[in-house]
Amino acid sequence: MPDTVSYAERELALATGRIKYLEQGSGAPVVILHHSWGSPGWLPFHQRLAESHRVIAPDLPGWGGSERPAWAREPRDIAILVGRLLDGVDLDEVKLVGLGFGGYIAAELATMNPSRLSTLTLVGAAGLKPDEGEIADQMMLSHRAYIEESFRDHDTYVRFLGDEEPPEEVRELWDFSREMTARVSWKPYMFNRRLAPLLPDIKVPTLLIWGEQDAIVPLICGRQFEAGIPGAKLEVVAGAGHVVEIEEPERTADLIVGFPG
Amino acid sequence: MFIGYFTERPYQDPNSGYFGATGRNLMDLGMSNSSYDPKLGADLYNRYLDEKIYAEEMGFDGLMLNEHHSTPFCMGGVMNLEAAILARITQRAKIVLLGNILPIWDDPLWLAEELAEIDMISRGRLVTGWVRGTGRESVAHNAAAPYNWERFQEAHDFIVDAWMRPGPFRWEGEHYHYRYVNPWARPYQEPHPPIWIPGVMSRNTVAWAARHRYPYLMLATELQPTVESFQYYDEVAEESGFTAGTEHRGYLFKVHVDETEELAEQAGRKYVQGPSNPFLEGNQGIVRPFIQNLPGLTQRNNLLPTMKSFAAAASRGRADQHLKNQQKDAPPPPPKDTYLDQTEKLSIISGTPDTVIPKVRHVLETIRPGTIFFWDGDGAMDHDDAMRSLRLMGQEVIPAVREMGKELGLKGPFEVDDVPGVNKPKEEPAKTEAEQAQIAAK
Repeated sequence: MPDTVSYAERELALATGRIKYLEQGSGAPVVILHHSWGSPGWLPFHQRLAESHRVIAPDLPGWGGSERPAWAREPRDIAILVGRLLDGVDLDEVKLVGLGFGGYIAAELATMNPSRLSTLTLVGAAGLKPDEGEIADQMMLSHRAYIEESFRDHDTYVRFLGDEEPPEEVRELWDFSREMTARVSWKPYMFNRRLAPLLPDIKVPTLLIWGEQDAIVPLICGRQFEAGIPGAKLEVVAGAGHVVEIEEPERTADLIVGFPG
Repeated sequence: MFIGYFTERPYQDPNSGYFGATGRNLMDLGMSNSSYDPKLGADLYNRYLDEKIYAEEMGFDGLMLNEHHSTPFCMGGVMNLEAAILARITQRAKIVLLGNILPIWDDPLWLAEELAEIDMISRGRLVTGWVRGTGRESVAHNAAAPYNWERFQEAHDFIVDAWMRPGPFRWEGEHYHYRYVNPWARPYQEPHPPIWIPGVMSRNTVAWAARHRYPYLMLATELQPTVESFQYYDEVAEESGFTAGTEHRGYLFKVHVDETEELAEQAGRKYVQGPSNPFLEGNQGIVRPFIQNLPGLTQRNNLLPTMKSFAAAASRGRADQHLKNQQKDAPPPPPKDTYLDQTEKLSIISGTPDTVIPKVRHVLETIRPGTIFFWDGDGAMDHDDAMRSLRLMGQEVIPAVREMGKELGLKGPFEVDDVPGVNKPKEEPAKTEAEQAQIAAK
């Protein structure tokens, strides 16, 4: 991470709990919803977007520094709270970006309350049952194995996270996040049969970005979103894994910035 | 003194490659059932039932069953079915279920009905026990791990109500919902079978059991920590307004008796030669900590401790747990002679009656339980091993242990006036004067 990065840490107090978020940049807002394993902090992907946009990266309610909604039982509950975050910070014309599980939340939000959105970007998004294959089940993998599976290959994982055992605080983040993921998505795991029927009414211009080698959410889910959301555009990033935004930060950010809202 | 018999009922397949002295380690939930042989399963289920009948003939007071899922180390996935058969084919012994895994039941009314039927068929010989289960059970029956403790408590409250409260009534809980609770099967024992709680070191569960005045059974734990856990139980009991006695203490430990010391060692070594069992010291196999300790089994309602509050994480034991988990991921160290090691610390007691009885006495003096279960016939022990031991237990060990129990004042749960583990019917609140007048007017 370059030294010049200086994002702000902010908090929104909702009656349903506090939501923590990172913010930097100015211009049209981009809201980034993290993967199920929690926010890894400010990454080059965020930084690239912040060069031209006001970037807001919340910890989803129940993850990281945002208070746990103990009552939440499904991703749709989290999506409702993200909608309240957009209301609370009073963001309009938002480019909403959801990564993996965050994409699931973003898609749910777009079906319920798209009024503050200018574009929707789903990156390797969960939420639909794949027509073929399965969404990789993190509950049956060690934390490290699951994260490694998210990268295109072992070497790429090592390049970003090293070959050593991740430090305690990182493992703690993963462990804590997995608990919240289990609370809202234990079963059915990472999909909602009541999401696909709602997709055809989404009017928000939608960009789908998928790593060609995504071993977590199969590429076929990208094609299912493409078929379900009118006018959706699918960009397949050759050679990339599930975490396209980590492996190809500039390319991913530029696709989002260049997508006409 | 209440003396019971237990075996985990391993799936013993001599041709499996994971069985016997040179068997390979199994990975927990890492094994396909494609090699399962139902004909072998048929033999084993019947053998284990036969051994239970013989255990009753030899004088055991209780026949204990347990339940695990999707694993060869325990064939008791449908323990209640075995219990129902025992209810019919045995005459006297208590049928002790330790225990049903409450959180994995989506319909605990069904469990209430099953247990009531078992209690009736056995004419009141059921002792019911309930557990939270380990990760493998939540995975196998896909019960959301983060709600395990909530579901345990609610299912408990619900079943006790279903047994004690005249139906029909309605139940609208957090995890369970019924519009018509009126099971047409009620327990033979009034108001319900005794409830015992088995477990290991969970302070949470010990305290919960003590607050409910349910006997707590420590499952093959080492002596000193067991003593400490019972001290904790006693403390919580005092805080809850009662003094715990030996009738609240149960202990399961590995005891095998044989005709000669040589035979006893041969059979005793087989404890650790069955299919890998994460709960059987010396033959745990390859344990996967992320399955053993699924997310939320230890629930956290607070915010994530940040790097700065790392000490907070450490104080909850999570950091330590992580380190241990990582160590568990490492390849196991070269095996020592776990059998000898365990016999030295009395985790395994195997010998002739002459050598076994003094060791059992030491355990009783140390822990002072009113209930004990001998864990035998397990691992790679065959039917002959089990039957020799059962016979000698009946002839020599059980009578001696009964005398010891009397001498040491170890009263079992059925030797006291107020049998523990049974809830009292709730007293109706006193009627107000207006209510009394209304009743009189009617």
